[in-house]
Amino acid sequence: MSKLGTLGARLYRGEVGYDFVGKRKIWYGISILITITAIVGLAVRGLTMGIEFQGGAVFTTPKTSATSAQAEDAAQSASGHDAIAQKLGDGTIRITIGGVDTAKSDQIKTELAKDLKVQANDINADLVGPSWGETIAKKAWTGLIIFMILVVIYLAIAFEWRMAVAALVALIHDLTITVGIYALVGFEVTPGTVIGLLTILGYSLYDTVVVFDGLKEGQKGITKQTRFTYSEMANKSLNGTLVRSINTTVVALLPVAGLLFIGGGVLGAGMLNDISLSLFVGLAAGAYSSIFIATPLVADLKETMPEMKALKKRVLAKRAAAAAKGETEEQQDAAPLDEDDESETAGAVVGQRRQPSRNNRGKRR
Amino acid sequence: MAAPNKGRRPAAGGQSKPGRALALILIAMVALVGGMFISHTTTPRLGIDLAGGTSITLKAKPEPGQESAINKANMDTAVSIMERRVNGLGVSEAEVQTQGNDNIIVNIPKGTNSEQARQQVGQTAKLYFRPVLTAQATAAPTPSASPSASGKGTPTPSGTPSVTGKATPSASGKATPSAGKPSGTPQGRALTDALKASGTPTPGASKPSSPAPNPSGSAADSAAAAKLQAQFAALDCSTKEARSKAGEGAKSTDPTVACDQNGAEKYILGPAEVDGTDVAKAQAVINQQNGQWIVQMDFTSGGSKKFAAITGKLSQQQYPNNRFAIALDNTVVSAPTVSSTLSGSAEISGSFNQSSAQDLANVLSYGALPLTFQEQSVTTVTAALGADQLHAGLIAGAIGLALVIIYLVAYYRGLAMIAILSLVASAILTYAIMTLLGPGIGFALNLPAVCGAIVAIGITADSFIVYFERIRDEIREGRTLRPAVERAWPRARRTILVSDFVSFLAAAVLFIVTVGKVQGFAFTLGLTTLLDVVVVFLFTKPVMTLLARRKFFASGHPWSGLDPKRLGAKPPLRRTRRTTSAPVDTPKEA
Repeated sequence: MSKLGTLGARLYRGEVGYDFVGKRKIWYGISILITITAIVGLAVRGLTMGIEFQGGAVFTTPKTSATSAQAEDAAQSASGHDAIAQKLGDGTIRITIGGVDTAKSDQIKTELAKDLKVQANDINADLVGPSWGETIAKKAWTGLIIFMILVVIYLAIAFEWRMAVAALVALIHDLTITVGIYALVGFEVTPGTVIGLLTILGYSLYDTVVVFDGLKEGQKGITKQTRFTYSEMANKSLNGTLVRSINTTVVALLPVAGLLFIGGGVLGAGMLNDISLSLFVGLAAGAYSSIFIATPLVADLKETMPEMKALKKRVLAKRAAAAAKGETEEQQDAAPLDEDDESETAGAVVGQRRQPSRNNRGKRR
Repeated sequence: MAAPNKGRRPAAGGQSKPGRALALILIAMVALVGGMFISHTTTPRLGIDLAGGTSITLKAKPEPGQESAINKANMDTAVSIMERRVNGLGVSEAEVQTQGNDNIIVNIPKGTNSEQARQQVGQTAKLYFRPVLTAQATAAPTPSASPSASGKGTPTPSGTPSVTGKATPSASGKATPSAGKPSGTPQGRALTDALKASGTPTPGASKPSSPAPNPSGSAADSAAAAKLQAQFAALDCSTKEARSKAGEGAKSTDPTVACDQNGAEKYILGPAEVDGTDVAKAQAVINQQNGQWIVQMDFTSGGSKKFAAITGKLSQQQYPNNRFAIALDNTVVSAPTVSSTLSGSAEISGSFNQSSAQDLANVLSYGALPLTFQEQSVTTVTAALGADQLHAGLIAGAIGLALVIIYLVAYYRGLAMIAILSLVASAILTYAIMTLLGPGIGFALNLPAVCGAIVAIGITADSFIVYFERIRDEIREGRTLRPAVERAWPRARRTILVSDFVSFLAAAVLFIVTVGKVQGFAFTLGLTTLLDVVVVFLFTKPVMTLLARRKFFASGHPWSGLDPKRLGAKPPLRRTRRTTSAPVDTPKEA
């Protein structure tokens, strides 16, 4: 089995553990820093909105020998507006004209065809009225907000409100980072971008849900034991599902990478590229946030509960006592949990994952 | 969750009938694929951006103070009118549909005159009631004219409908002449005289195409009248294109020439007397007395007066001058005869069937729609670019799929086979359903939908990973494969359901709320998410159960991906109590 597979086993048993929850202040710090950068970028540079959001026309000519400068001139004289021409990899030219009326487009198209010596019927045109972008954006916002409300309600029912809140924070975090990167790099925002961004909603949560599911199992019967605080248990669960998380993320990213490669690398521009770019950024951010942000946040929220506070106290007291008395008592404590192992009542994670780390080591090595 | 209750008999549940689930999904697959071949649709219908063509998005704007006018009924009326208008241009297969609350998408396939269609769609339809001054059956209506048109060569024996007040039983189905050749001379008549000419009223029993009285107009009007006569004589109603051009540019206050919508008749029409906006409501209903379809219309108070005036005048006339034409964009949709003065409400009867009655009612209602439509976006894609995009999408999908498979094989070895089979099952189902939805609900595969399908590869594969990892966890616990497969299932199932539900929720919300390209994407994503659940439940799990019985997997062959040693399983389940002690690895909470 691959190294990752062995690592998976060791993570599962808790032999190797990455302290995600314990070092949460660092992750929070990093995330806040990224988020602030994103917001500043957004405020200072703003988003580069595609023609779909401003109104105007995009013409794509068939393969032609004309240069982009020629096309630009032709488009400017035909429309009376500023035009940007861009020669694409396959010899076609993409001409963007802002602010033109859709009604004038046929005339512009005909003139362009004449100037560039191509057939008017071979020119692809994308004409957008000034208010269409607004409509799309408004509907996207509506969708976003409705989804967030529904998903918080659902997660609050399926899990609990603390997890729902943490998932929501993680989701907003992902969206902010993605939008921020768009602002900072200056990628053009098109309907494709919006599609990608909205898809992140479902997808980023998929990851979070996988992690939370492990967490939920882990916290079963947490108050009945005195070995781990909630945060420690959360970290163990997280480590237990780490391989799963990594695998689901990698597998989700691979097709998107294929899209990005073809859409961006081969076609040059267009819908495929726009969707996959925002998806790629968002998915990567989503994988990060479900591990580094969502779970630690849940732990933080949980630790404020009275019973978790009490648990922490008990655990710390026990540890202090154990340190004083040696570890015999702790072993006795472990025994009843062992019985429960099969029926899982005392916590799948706590019960099962604890022991191998202490016991199997010698045998395996 | 069932698992905890199963206690020490984990293998009991779920394992018993893997065959049944597999049979179910296989039947579903065969049925869908069979349906594809039976309906002769083996490829999904392609959207404009992949097949080439023009797509126009319109947005409804209500008139001030009538914001509630944007509702489903009104939008549906608008769609049916627009469909009729666009297809009336000779554009076949143009497709008009609503999207969201207030958008209408008009898709015009490649190879048709999209500019003309755009013009037509972009301007508001004009619906007028005009008196018929002259009517003449045309020689050869196009065979494609309408479903009700009879064979070639003969004029359509279309019944002339009549309009009556609501209470009056209708005298219906007056046949227009079915002469083998065009009826002799146009029934000329000085246009200015039309409405006051004193023919003998013959209520309810109009003679077919009676020879018209001689023109008797004043000299001042005769020049215009002659011009109109010349236009009328030259008017050709044989093709849709020609029909849509008839009387082009005529003002509503001037007389004009026009064709019947099926090309069966041509007319000279007087100035518009009643506007489409004067109609308050129109609907197709069945006449309780004779069981025939009729169209009922109610006028607004202003419209009632105008309608009373025109019907009062018309009812005094002889055929064909006792008819008024309902003209949409200067094409006559219906030209009923009038036999008495009507106001307030009226019904049009004739040889209607349900669809023709509803069609007319729709046309009449359209005038009452307090909506205007604004062009929001127009996308023209050439067939070449469409093909390129489709090609690129397919290649991207192939690359994505290949990468996922390579990763799965590298990581899960033998288990990857199950994942790949499941992906194939999912792909077959997705493809077949998308294909069948083409004719079914008009689903067209566009580029965002292709993207959605590619992204869905990841989502689908994720479910398998969740399950496989669970199985491995169980094996690490020291279980043998068969119990591990069954014990892992309830927990994996839960995770898969919850995360798929969230995914589906996102797709559903996007589908309902958004418009345009986003919707196509959301649809695919939602569909594939649902299919993911179906495949995992009915395919992956049963196959896993079956394969767990095979020695290759059960014995944990190194290439099976389930080798307990490599997974670092604990020694057998009933372990001895351990007494050694080692420090806990997990760093302690500070």
